[in-house]
Amino acid sequence: MQNTTSIIKAQSKNLDFFYSNGMQALKSVNMPLYENKITALIGPSGCGKSTFLRCFNRMHDLYPGNKYQGEIVMHPDNTNILEHGVDPIEVRMRISMVFQKPNPFPKSIYENVAYGLRVRGESNKRMLDDKVEEALKGAALWNEVKDRQQDLAFNLSGGQQQRLCIARALATDPEIMLFDEPTSALDPIATANIEELMSELKQKLTILVVTHNMQQAARVSDYTAYMYLGELMEYDDTNTIFTNPTRKETEDYITGKFG
Amino acid sequence: MSKHMTTNTPTKAPIQVQASVLKNLDAVRAMIKRHKLNDYIFSVIGLLALMFALLTLLILFGDLVMDGFERFNLKFLSEFPSRRAANAGLLSAWVGSALVMLVTFLVAVPMGVAAGLYLEEYAPKNWFSDLIEINVTNLAGVPSIVYGLLALGLFVYILGLGQSILTAGLTLGLLILPIVIVSTRESIRAIPIAIREAAYAVGATKWQVVYDHVLKYSYGGILTGVIIGMARALGETAPIITIGALTFIAFLPPSPVTDVAPFINFEWLSSGFTVLPIQMFNWLSRPDHAFHINAAATGALIIIVTLLMNGTAIYLRYKIRKNIKW
Repeated sequence: MQNTTSIIKAQSKNLDFFYSNGMQALKSVNMPLYENKITALIGPSGCGKSTFLRCFNRMHDLYPGNKYQGEIVMHPDNTNILEHGVDPIEVRMRISMVFQKPNPFPKSIYENVAYGLRVRGESNKRMLDDKVEEALKGAALWNEVKDRQQDLAFNLSGGQQQRLCIARALATDPEIMLFDEPTSALDPIATANIEELMSELKQKLTILVVTHNMQQAARVSDYTAYMYLGELMEYDDTNTIFTNPTRKETEDYITGKFG
Repeated sequence: MSKHMTTNTPTKAPIQVQASVLKNLDAVRAMIKRHKLNDYIFSVIGLLALMFALLTLLILFGDLVMDGFERFNLKFLSEFPSRRAANAGLLSAWVGSALVMLVTFLVAVPMGVAAGLYLEEYAPKNWFSDLIEINVTNLAGVPSIVYGLLALGLFVYILGLGQSILTAGLTLGLLILPIVIVSTRESIRAIPIAIREAAYAVGATKWQVVYDHVLKYSYGGILTGVIIGMARALGETAPIITIGALTFIAFLPPSPVTDVAPFINFEWLSSGFTVLPIQMFNWLSRPDHAFHINAAATGALIIIVTLLMNGTAIYLRYKIRKNIKW
């Protein structure tokens, strides 16, 4: 887990973010995302971790008046994904997202997973079938749903729905996957499943995860960033953050003295 | 029990506590009883209000059915109006109503849904869109005769469309446009943001989100609004009279479907016409009581069709929403 052996997949440089009401939610955040690693964002509510995560797929562009300053550079092509000339849709084609609450479409299991491919113009039935199967296997859901892919997604349990959302995000072969508190609406067993799944997924892609759960960050992540009031207070590999943090604030938060 | 109490030192205290709890409990029970009385009073008032509305409608409907009962037969639907009440029928009126409704539907649905979608999904949210929203809501409350005057000036005189089915359909289409727009916006708003974000997150464009998701999940509500609007248009009389619909029509408009290629013609659009409520009004204004029977039968028919349309709307909403939970 040494930084020297890892390749940087994306990097935020002096990233500021302002909401439409003028509130500055991020203050000059500099942070790398290492390829095939899981980076966890921790910090108290309102510290800007979700805001930071949602910069990576330009989700803030959906709401008028939000403003980015600074860069998020993606490698190896060195594209600044926040640049005006870069279409947010192009960014979302490369970086997918799993949300806090499972949010499947009110469609069949199959159509949920296939949707990203359909958006990309894929209409070949064989191709779609294969990709859907591959994504459902990748999300460890295939065995449970292979005989009922035409069922409504709402008929699945909460944990299954979240894995379906992971399959949906996975089907389009993203380079980075964003997880915004993916287990906060799930029970402990479903949570364990998702955590295990994330560890498997990092073989294929780079993961950035926001979590409120300190144990989760310690269990799954390779790197951890502690944020407070829109600033990145401390960033290091997860072991260091949890055993020997540099800053007092980080230690207080992790040990539960604060937050 | 008293023996048990004497053996313990802190005996007095628990008994006192219990007594005060009991005393409070009585007070609490009395309070709950008082509050429940309010529940009861309101439920009676609510039931009476409901009964008053329902009974009025039922009595009206029952009265129409009893008065017009003798004309409930197929002949009534297949005969033109006549000078002799017993021979007079609704053929030209119901065909006219059906054709006008067709035009109304084709005008109001695409325009209303497109306007609602634009306002909700595309238009920037600022004071101007607020102003438009207030105006659209207000339009729903404009008296229908005002629409009739507008149509008379615009469609009949300026655009020269004549006193035709097209004019009537356009007028009623405008009349129910606000209903369609408002119901479209409301059903679109019911879709959670999380669903839109999920679609955007996989790389969908705005139009893909609108077409694949927003429209698909809201069309039950939109359809309900459309049907309720159509039911209202069916009974509208004032604007149709204002544009000068004829009251006595003993012919049918040219058929929209023909047996020679291209099997469809549009001459019917410019044809003169009458509609059910106008026929009813015409019969009602005659001195001969026999015609009043015809009017009652027509009124009953309009109510039945309206109820059927609203029933369909409720059924569709139930059926379509069954698969959508949020």
